[in-house]
Amino acid sequence: MLVARGVHKSFGAFRALQGVDLEVAAGEVLCVIGPSGSGKSTLLRCINQLERPDRGAIWIDGELSGYRRIGETLHALDDLAIARQRLASGMVFQRFNLFAHMTALQNIIEGPVTVQRRERSVVTAEATALLARVGLTDKRDAYPSELSGGQQQRVAIARALAMQPKLMLFDEPTSALDPELVGEVLAVMRDLARSGMTMIVVTHELGFAREVADRVVFMDRGAIVESGAPADVLVQPQHARTRDFVAAVLK
Amino acid sequence: MAGPTGSPLDYSIEGLRLVPRRYFGRWLAAAALLLLAAFFVYSFARGQIEWKVVGQFLTAPAILAGLVNTVVMTFCAMTLGIVLGVTFAVMYMSPNPVLKGAAWFYIWFFRGTPLLLQLLLWFNLALVFPKLGLPGLFELRTVDVITPFVATLLGLGINQGAYTAEVVRGGILSVDIGQIEAAKSIGMTRLTTLRRIVLPQAMRVIIPPVGNEFISMVKLTSIASVIQFSEVLRAAQTIYYANAKVIELLIVAAVWYLLVVTLLSIGQFFLERRFARGVGTRRPAAAEAAEPERGA
Repeated sequence: MLVARGVHKSFGAFRALQGVDLEVAAGEVLCVIGPSGSGKSTLLRCINQLERPDRGAIWIDGELSGYRRIGETLHALDDLAIARQRLASGMVFQRFNLFAHMTALQNIIEGPVTVQRRERSVVTAEATALLARVGLTDKRDAYPSELSGGQQQRVAIARALAMQPKLMLFDEPTSALDPELVGEVLAVMRDLARSGMTMIVVTHELGFAREVADRVVFMDRGAIVESGAPADVLVQPQHARTRDFVAAVLK
Repeated sequence: MAGPTGSPLDYSIEGLRLVPRRYFGRWLAAAALLLLAAFFVYSFARGQIEWKVVGQFLTAPAILAGLVNTVVMTFCAMTLGIVLGVTFAVMYMSPNPVLKGAAWFYIWFFRGTPLLLQLLLWFNLALVFPKLGLPGLFELRTVDVITPFVATLLGLGINQGAYTAEVVRGGILSVDIGQIEAAKSIGMTRLTTLRRIVLPQAMRVIIPPVGNEFISMVKLTSIASVIQFSEVLRAAQTIYYANAKVIELLIVAAVWYLLVVTLLSIGQFFLERRFARGVGTRRPAAAEAAEPERGA
């Protein structure tokens, strides 16, 4: 589903990603853990083309991101083509980023109606079902400012799902939430994982990673240090840096 | 905290009477202002003003025609200004250096020269371009095209656009970057993001200053009298040149300006409410707790 090869990305002098190789199979749930500044979020943002990698390449479902290959040359894609490619992946942000001037329902149908030009009545029915799936049927006409963080994040998940993506990206989806609201968002994500969605989740919730992930990747200083089954990476880490990180988070 | 003379702590204020705060300063200030107002009313009533003339000319055909011109020009010039303003603000923020440069030049030139000068330039356009049109296809004499109305519209609208562009740019900058990223993440292009997500949220910031400029435009139309555009003030002047009732006719014009501006302010109130959607304005009925005569 996803292949990343030698992805580098710098912001000025700061090297956020230093040669990341990653493969994610269809239906796989991958959790990415690591200290802040380790490049986890940048990796997700490169996958969704919110950032353009300096070097390296990413393929989603066999399609090269950001470039069109013609013979032996790569041509950078324009705005429109990149927007079309982004439809393959759905993104859930740490700070929710719901459109502040739209209700929950309007947030969800905005993409399908405006971008995909689908029939409003059909999309509204789907959105209603999605709201039910994330347990917010009664909040369909509420504005984001009237919702709790957990509710906003669940609407954001529904908004991403409404685009029918092949791959869901979660960028620390519970980090901005009050502790008592984390559970409701994780429950929705757990449900989504069971339904067979391919997911890449950047998270500090090691319990969630251990329970739901098929594979856990530990990143540090812009590179993948260790990768494997949750039981291995989280319980018997091979690298000292992984051990230190897991110990620090659990404490 | 402690009760008087070391009695045991008592946190109850049961049965105590609450005395609301008294505002002596406000009463004094209000009285002074009333006196001042009375003085002005008295002066105007006793001055050499024939109020009958004011009433008589308030609805004179020439004044009403001027009023229509003022209102029509205000709306036309503001519409042109807003369209140009949004266009050039978006161009100015574009990654394309050509668009950016063009927008920069536009704002630089039209903010950098006096409006009066621009009006005169448009009005005298025929001196530079005697004919307008595409050679061979159609041609018109500039003098016929650039009537006082057209010159005023171009002058006011294009000048307004340069200012509105900066207001719109400020509004766009006020929208959280996360909103733009979220729009991208559901596959929106730059322009769709702007139209569907950024501008509607920027409107909340843009409307108060644009409302301000709208009101300012109502009065700015009066300077177009120099290029023979007959708006309210010019109509009033034309009349008092003939009958010498200067103050009376100026009052007539003032009344109409105030009326138009009042109506516009009301319109602005409703527009602002419309675009405040989703901004946490809904408050629980906390304001009612401010009732003074309530015990604990």
